[in-house]
Amino acid sequence: MAQAESHPRKYKVIGTRPVRHDGADKVTGRAIYGADLRLNGMVHGKILRSPHAHAVIKSIDTSAAAKLPGVVAVTTSADFPDLQDKIADLGEGAVNLAHLGANVLAHGKALYKGHAVAAVAATSPHVAQEALSLIKVEYEPLPAVTWVLDAMKDDAPLLHDDVYTKSMGKKADKPSNIAAHIHFEKGDVEDAFAGSDLVVEREFKTASVHQGYIEPHVSTALWNQDGHLTIWTSTQGSFTARQQTAELLQVPISQVTVVPCEIGGGFGGKIAVYLEPVAAMLSRKCGRPVKMVMSRDEVFEATGPTPGSSMRVKIGATKDGKLTAGEAWLAYDAGAFPGGVIGPGCMCVFSCYEFPAARVDGYDVLDNKPKTQAYRAPGATQAAFACESVIDELAEKLGIDPIEFRLKNAAKEGTRRVDGPVYPRVGFIETLEAAKASDHWKSPLEGKNRGRGIASGYWFNIGLKSSAAANVNPDGTVSLLEGSTDIGGTRTSVAMQLAETLGITAEAVHPKVVDTDSVGYTDVTGGSRVTFATGLAAYEVGRDILRQMCERAAILWECDAAEVESVDGEFKTKDKRMTFAELAGKLSQTGGPVVGRATVNPEGPTNGFGTHIVDVEVDPDTAKVTVLRYTAIQDAGKAIHPSYVEGQMQGGAVQGIGWALNEEYVFDGEGRMANASYLDYRMPTALDVPHIDTIIVEVPNPAHPYGVRGVGETPIVPPPAAMAVAVYHATGVRMQELPMSPPKLWAAMQK
Amino acid sequence: MKEFEFQSATTVDEAVSLLAAKGDQARVLTGGTDLIVQLREGLRSADLVVDVKKIPELMTMSFSPEQGLRLGAAVPCHRIYGDKDVAVAYPGLADAARIIGGWQIQSRASVGGNLCNSSPAADSIPPLVVHDAVCHLAGPGGRRTVKASEFCTAPGKNVLQRGELLVSLEFPPPAEHASSAYMRFIPRNEMDIAVVGAASWVQLTAAGDTIEKASIALAAVAPTPLAATEASSFLAGKPATSETFAKAGELASQVARPISDKRGTSEYRKHLAGVLTQRTLAIAVERARG
Repeated sequence: MAQAESHPRKYKVIGTRPVRHDGADKVTGRAIYGADLRLNGMVHGKILRSPHAHAVIKSIDTSAAAKLPGVVAVTTSADFPDLQDKIADLGEGAVNLAHLGANVLAHGKALYKGHAVAAVAATSPHVAQEALSLIKVEYEPLPAVTWVLDAMKDDAPLLHDDVYTKSMGKKADKPSNIAAHIHFEKGDVEDAFAGSDLVVEREFKTASVHQGYIEPHVSTALWNQDGHLTIWTSTQGSFTARQQTAELLQVPISQVTVVPCEIGGGFGGKIAVYLEPVAAMLSRKCGRPVKMVMSRDEVFEATGPTPGSSMRVKIGATKDGKLTAGEAWLAYDAGAFPGGVIGPGCMCVFSCYEFPAARVDGYDVLDNKPKTQAYRAPGATQAAFACESVIDELAEKLGIDPIEFRLKNAAKEGTRRVDGPVYPRVGFIETLEAAKASDHWKSPLEGKNRGRGIASGYWFNIGLKSSAAANVNPDGTVSLLEGSTDIGGTRTSVAMQLAETLGITAEAVHPKVVDTDSVGYTDVTGGSRVTFATGLAAYEVGRDILRQMCERAAILWECDAAEVESVDGEFKTKDKRMTFAELAGKLSQTGGPVVGRATVNPEGPTNGFGTHIVDVEVDPDTAKVTVLRYTAIQDAGKAIHPSYVEGQMQGGAVQGIGWALNEEYVFDGEGRMANASYLDYRMPTALDVPHIDTIIVEVPNPAHPYGVRGVGETPIVPPPAAMAVAVYHATGVRMQELPMSPPKLWAAMQK
Repeated sequence: MKEFEFQSATTVDEAVSLLAAKGDQARVLTGGTDLIVQLREGLRSADLVVDVKKIPELMTMSFSPEQGLRLGAAVPCHRIYGDKDVAVAYPGLADAARIIGGWQIQSRASVGGNLCNSSPAADSIPPLVVHDAVCHLAGPGGRRTVKASEFCTAPGKNVLQRGELLVSLEFPPPAEHASSAYMRFIPRNEMDIAVVGAASWVQLTAAGDTIEKASIALAAVAPTPLAATEASSFLAGKPATSETFAKAGELASQVARPISDKRGTSEYRKHLAGVLTQRTLAIAVERARG
């Protein structure tokens, strides 16, 4: 590992690779996922979904379904409170509850194929399924639009008559599919382009892709006779699931408990609620626990993919390789409801480089696709595909090595991003230096039809609120309670930070993700924040425990607490010492248990940079791309558990390779998804990717006691751009469209 | 999934009478790797599902160099490539059996079931066509035979009449200096349906430098698996060289009439038909030379 500090801190736990705390349960199949849950009297819910991509729902008749033996409840949006014009702050920003509710069960209009229209609960999933076929829905089909540029046209089918383009704080005078226009600018862009020796401008497009988590959405709700609602669910945020559900049902938040089950992947797609409010309503109606499990086609058709996009990027440079100006025009689809991921796309597009002048325009565009949701660095991968492709072309035309070109222009401490923030100490340059020094970059690529690509990427590391508490056990172990659901190994990375703080082993901390009644408020697992922010909470918990333990030692030693020092898992005064475990065993003699607690809301988000190198071979006859070698390099700040960091880098790279090569939503002529299965939505299998080599760079984050930077999302950002550059060197074709699937690449190679 | 009745037949006659009674609401279950998925997804419906794996004739695979191969309609794929003699005698068939799904699927899925599912993209049908396989059918009116090349009539449709059951497939004995190969193109390396598939069978002269006879069949380029007869007849008497294979590829490409769909464009599929024809010819010739 590269080390930026000249005197790195010595850690005992951080940087080691202990067995993960949830490992035994997972490898033995004993971990409790949402689908494993079985409650007494439980019934099964299913959702009727629109067969049309866009249609007015003229009527819904559920009477025949309700009469089917075994059916215990039926619901439609008519059973839910009217949420017109209600806005709720869900922690990550304001959400229009009418839109959220209408996504959960359609109000008057079906806006995409698969849009939920009605739901049934029955004694078996098969009866529920049969009951769906008895629900009569009268639709009036409308023209559908699924391509972002088509949706922006004046004569495009309009999804909502109450959405007006918001631009620079102003609202347009007529409804539009363009929900928002974002504009960022710094410097004199025209002047800067005029002073450039070389300007490259290219257009790009990308298809909608899905997170592809292996576990479908699943929720079980029990609306008890006392009015209390308990929801067991697979979610990235139990508190946000609680709040969304309470808001949609208009019940007090204290009336809802969300129990997060083990989660089989989320990647951003398990933040919005889908099944939770519906299961709750069905349970209220039938008085029994209602379990709902999506099938794979429902996951594809009705949960949130990441946007398809149309992008134009123009960058200028001087002949000695200094960037002069950048201009980006980004249109991302939001799907059926406003609020896609264009914002971060605009912030990230030029985030790797020092641009004297730059301008970014972004558009959040409604179309007849499922509402887009976050997907690992949401919005950044598309933007990086465009920007990095142009950067590579500029470097080539200027005759400068692509790493040198990036080094000349790399963002560093003090660089001001086009949307305003100024970087603190960041590690982009270090990832480039590590790439240059890597065995991969230094080994020549030989053979016909082969090419090597390199690209970089950036993603934030947000703060937000995290809480944690820990109980010191008499045997010297510590039970850690946290509210961050664990999608990437954070139980262990958070527990290790507590262990380091306390001076005990990782194994001596027992982490547990608990329900919303059992820990303080914690924001979603997202934004690469958990190891950073919940890790910070664990550090604060540790300090709280140490302070209390010093007081207890002082009682035992009959001295002043200020005389007791805690160092490396020991408490000591000038002449006395005791281990953490010894003191833990004596707590009952000194006043009883010790509980540490903390809640944090760190300011000043930090940043993660990565650089990826890939070698490919392209079959000249079939245009099939084989990935030969792949190296991912990333600044992790400080890798708490390096295996997990490597796993994140590998996982992100593989998802990015899938996005680059074959993954896409295919729509038929009527705007319906045609490939809603893992057979035809082609994610890479184990046979399609090589081992992903990793190089962790450590430039400590000054805003975290252990230097942590979030690592989960950055690794999906560089791959499509790196792959496109590699394909270019193998074939001579610069692909400006994702995916670079064999039919598309072959067609491009024929020109 | 809708409720259905399940019966396990032990004789061909019993299966035929069960099927005849329910008509198109009866479905035959061999491996179930297509049927169960289709029933679950509502793509097919059934009041009755008849398992035929307990009928000995449907589970028998017998081969001799003199008699050829008799392949029971429910014999799972793994038994084909797992039998060295069969795999050597009908290499194109073994190629297909090896790539239909993963191990779990291959332990259930049968070539007979693949044929009766009658997908234009079925991997095992082009090898049946180039190996001149004959289908033995049993029905309420007795038994009859149909050439494998004439079995499929449209996507998901075939010549089976009400109550009729595919009992076995019969392959002629392997010819001298002959061999075959099957390849499909998929964008990934596993878990995919053929974008295009091609099987080639060739018989060489004793010297091994000239093609005496050849047969080429394609998958996923027409509503049914397609025999590329122009390419096949062109090859007779031609030197077994890459130029010949390229020309045959062009001819095969010309008869392909694929659609554009989620798996590929029409132009790309036509092109692939040629590429795979060339590649399978090269392999089949290599194998025929021993």
